[in-house]
Order: sequence, then structure tokens, then C-alpha cells
Amino acid sequence: MAAQLPALIPVPLLVLSIIAPVVGMWRQALAFWLAVATIAFSTAMSGWALAHVIAHGPMTYKLGGWEPPIGIEYVLDHVAAFVSLIVMGVALAVVVATRRMAEQEMRGRQGLYYSLVLLLLAGLTGMVVTADLFNLFVFLEISSLAGYALVFLGGRKGMLAGYRYLILGTLGGAFYLLGVAFLYFATGTLNMADTLAVLSASGASTPVSAGAVFIFIGLGLKMALVPLHLWLPDAYTFAPSSVNTLIAPIMTKVGAYAMLRMFLSVFPDGYLIDEVPIGQALVVLGAVGVVFGAAAAFRQPDIRRMLAYSSVSQLAFIAIGIGLATPLGFVAALLHIMNHALMKGTLFLAVMAVRLQTGVSEVPALAGLGRRLPITAAAFTVGAIAMVGVPPTAGFFSKWYLSIAAVEQGLWVILAVVLVSSLLSAAYLFRVLERAYLAQLPAAADGAHDGPEGEVRRSRLPLFGVTWEPKMDVLLPLVLLAAATIVLGVLNVAVVRHVLEPGT
Amino acid sequence: MDDLAARFPYFMIAILLAVGVWGMVGKRSLVKKLIGLNVLQSAIILFYINGSIREGGTVPILFHGEHGYAEDFVNPLPHVLMLTAIVVSVAVTAVALAFLTRIHREFGTVDEAEILSETEQQA
Repeated sequence: MAAQLPALIPVPLLVLSIIAPVVGMWRQALAFWLAVATIAFSTAMSGWALAHVIAHGPMTYKLGGWEPPIGIEYVLDHVAAFVSLIVMGVALAVVVATRRMAEQEMRGRQGLYYSLVLLLLAGLTGMVVTADLFNLFVFLEISSLAGYALVFLGGRKGMLAGYRYLILGTLGGAFYLLGVAFLYFATGTLNMADTLAVLSASGASTPVSAGAVFIFIGLGLKMALVPLHLWLPDAYTFAPSSVNTLIAPIMTKVGAYAMLRMFLSVFPDGYLIDEVPIGQALVVLGAVGVVFGAAAAFRQPDIRRMLAYSSVSQLAFIAIGIGLATPLGFVAALLHIMNHALMKGTLFLAVMAVRLQTGVSEVPALAGLGRRLPITAAAFTVGAIAMVGVPPTAGFFSKWYLSIAAVEQGLWVILAVVLVSSLLSAAYLFRVLERAYLAQLPAAADGAHDGPEGEVRRSRLPLFGVTWEPKMDVLLPLVLLAAATIVLGVLNVAVVRHVLEPGT
Repeated sequence: MDDLAARFPYFMIAILLAVGVWGMVGKRSLVKKLIGLNVLQSAIILFYINGSIREGGTVPILFHGEHGYAEDFVNPLPHVLMLTAIVVSVAVTAVALAFLTRIHREFGTVDEAEILSETEQQA
């Protein structure tokens, strides 16, 4: 069975995305359990794949038995298995935790909702495992289409955000496809390893460089690289809470992963630096994006919009790591893909929990909620200090690697960018913590009866008594994600040595 | 002059690409944005098909027992790829049209600026 592992990650998701809505028509609740079971299965397969790859090295899978480069090939190497495990693991925690939010938001349409979720994950994991340039485009469009529809579900404002996301996202996909055309006509192959071999032998040419530029623009749109990030803030803010909690931690990361793939396994070493200045563009736009995203986040009253701009900033970190195009830079980028998925998952899930229990998502309205939701607030705090980069949380170590990788190249300015962005992150995140912990509850709401909008849910927790905390199905994934940001931060040396260094 | 004639398809494709991007980015009507998107996708499909042409090449079919050289045939792979790309573009168009009908029912217009001003009033 181990030989089939590369296909066993995306295919069940794809198949169940068709079965889930049919079952959902019969029993709404069953659609959720089917989806969770499938996601858990794919997560387990990703975990097994990672263990297998570490023990036995990369594995390949010929789709339909056709020999590559004629047929489509799936490759699971260290990097692919690692990213796939992160995507699926975070998705599992989020889907479990957002069950009741989705029940509220998708009343009567849960079957279709979980179908879209599975389709999204199938597309994302497919992008991770595929080793074929055109197949990557198809999976990119699958995941994007599911993403557009999910964002569109977010009411009146979500509709326009979803439509704009569709237009810009498809523009990105089209540019990628155009770039692949240039590569294909120059090399005569679509297989990544084969392209690498042909390009290494033939050297630089104008069509290949033009193709690289188009691919860069296309994937830049998908990973929301400044100035191609315009779709992201609206999409994250106006999407339903259950949706933005899911797409914020994982979706743009896979775009970044695809960009990294271009450096690692499509273009020869140094091509994207020496022949066409894409690495440099990534570093410059990344440095601008890091500061711009953090500064924009500072001004947002809505906490979801604030976290969306913070995503723009954090994605730019990953872009810098990729653009440096050194092994250490790649390690930093991959580590930050993991850390950001965990941190953003924690933060968005905490925000979702607050919204589920109290209906609030504006920063000023969070006043005093730290005492009413002690565990959620603690998890948010962990996510926040990880985002700022306080050791020993995971966020510190990826910034550390990135700084070393930049200084190694003599780019001291990146060090300054990292420091400035950490300060700005601290400013916008601690503004939330200050409201939550230090401000008093509004007088009218301070009575034990009413919350901010008069419909607060309560629950009884051991040790804490009656609180506004959500039930265990939300708390447990939230605490697990928060714990993971610390544990994986402490264990980062093991992750780097066993997974990332052999892979890059 | 010959050179120009040989490049003619590329000029047309470049013009189509520009028209598509202009429609997507420059137009206020959401429907025109979608039309721009379709023009852009058509341009890319034409680009692939144009690249597959080989002078004097014929249909890439071999009958039983026949032998042939790749130089004698049109490259069939881009056509196959573009079948998939057309399916993708049809799917995207279908989803976009579904979005548009919902938007039109909700706002009574497909003008981006009008929808924006309406959602902002509401907020």
C-alpha cells in the first residue's frame, strides 16, 4: 500500500467531495462526519508518507501506469509530504472546530458546504503531490473554484468579494498556464524533473525566461504577493467565519509552495536569479509586503481584516525566503509555511470562537472578553506572541533562519525589515490583547445577564466555572493548534534536520 | 515581409491577451469582466494550438502497421491539454455566471461601483 501513498492523499478527498453532498441531502449531520473521516484519513496518509519518505527517501507514482515523462507523475519528497501534512492537519483541526459555526452559517446546505471543503483540500493536496506542470494548473483551478464558491457564501458583501476573487484568481491561473506554454514549447515536456533536465542541458533562452515571468505573476497572484494581494483582505473579511478560518491558514501557503517548486524542481539552480531576476523580485516585493501588510493591519478595526493584512505580511516573509534561493532560505520559507499555518489557524480559530459565542468581531467590542473566555484568549495570546516572534514559539525560529539566510547573502536590510515588522506585529496584536485583558466590559453588558449583543452562550468548565467559552469541540482543536506552535517551535531543529534539509 | 507573416498569429494573440486583461481590470461591469476573462483564456488556448502547428504536418493518426516520424505530424499534445483547459474555463464561466445571477437578484445591478456603494451604505 505504501507505493500508492502519493495518490492516496488527494484522491479520497476528490471522490468524497462528490459523495458528501448526496449523503448530505439525506442526513445533514452525516455529511460532516463523512468529511471529517476523509480528512482524517488523508491526514493519516500524509503523516505515514512523511515517515516513509524520511525512512526510505522520495517516492513516485505513475498515474494510470504511464511512464513519465509521457504520463503524469506524482512525487512525494520530503517537502511535499511535509507541506501536505501541515495542510491536512490544520484543515482537520479547523473543520472539526467550525462544525457548529458551519451549522449556523450554512443552514440546510451543509452537504454542499462540505463538498466544497473537500474539493478545496483535494485541489491543494493535488498541487502539493503533482510533478506535472499542467496537472498543477488543473489542481490549482480545482482548489481555486472551491475557494471562490466558499467565499461567495458570505452574504451580500461576500458576494462581491467572491466575484472579484474569481476574476483575479482566474487571471493568475491564466498567466500560469501561459507561462507553462512557453516552457512546453521550449522543452517539449511538462514533467517537472524532465523540464529541469532539458533546461539544465540547453541553458538560458528568451522564451524560457518569458515563461518564468508569466509563471511568477500567476503564482504571485495566488500567494497574494504585494502588489497582487488585492483580492485577499475582502475575501478573508467577508467570507463566512467557518470559511475564512479554513482558507486563511492553508490556501495561500500552497501557492507559495508551488512557487518554491519552480525554484526547487523546474528551473535549474540559479536560473531564476542569474538569467531572469525573479528571486530578486521576490525579495524586494517581499520586503515591501512585510512592512506594508503589518502597517495596514495596524489600522483595521475589524479583527478579521487585521488578520488578513497580517497574512499578506507573513506571506511576504515566505516570499523573501524563496527569493533568496539558498538552501537556508528555502528552509526558512518552508518553516514559515508551517509556522504561519499554525499561528494563523490558532488566531482565526480563536476569533471564530469569540464570534460563535458572542457575535463580536470588532476590536473595540472585545473589551474585557479575556476574562470571560480565558482559554480562547490564552490561545489567541500564544498565536499573537508567535506572530511577533517571541522565543520559544515557532514564529521566532523561522524569522531567525530567514535573518541568517539574508545576512549570509549580505542583505542586512532584510534584518531591519524583520525587526520593523516584528515591532509592527506587536503593535497591532497587543492592541487586541490590551482590549481583551485590560479594558472593562461595557457597563450595560457587565451584568451577568447580557453580553455585547445580548445573546451570549454560556458553558460550564471545570476550574473556570461558568464562562462564555465554547464547548470542547472548539476548545480542543484550538488548544492543540496553540500547543503545536510552541512544541514545534521547540522541536524546530528536528524538523529542519530530518525533513527540510534533506528536501532542499 | 515573410517574417511578419510568420509572426502574424503571435501579434493577434498578444492583442487578444491585452484586450482580455483590459476587460478584466478596466471595466466596471462585472459581466464585461467575465467576457474579458473568456477572451484572455481563448487567447491562451490559441497560443497553445498555434505552437502545435508543423509546416506540412498532417493529422497525428497511425493506422495499424504503419510507421511514421514525429516531424510529419502536428503535435497532438497541446490539443489534448487545451481540451482540459477549455473544460476548466467552462467550469469557471459557469461558476461566475451563477455568481452573477445571485448578485443581480440581490442588488438589481451588475455595476461594480453601484454594488460597492450599496454595501457601504448598509455598513
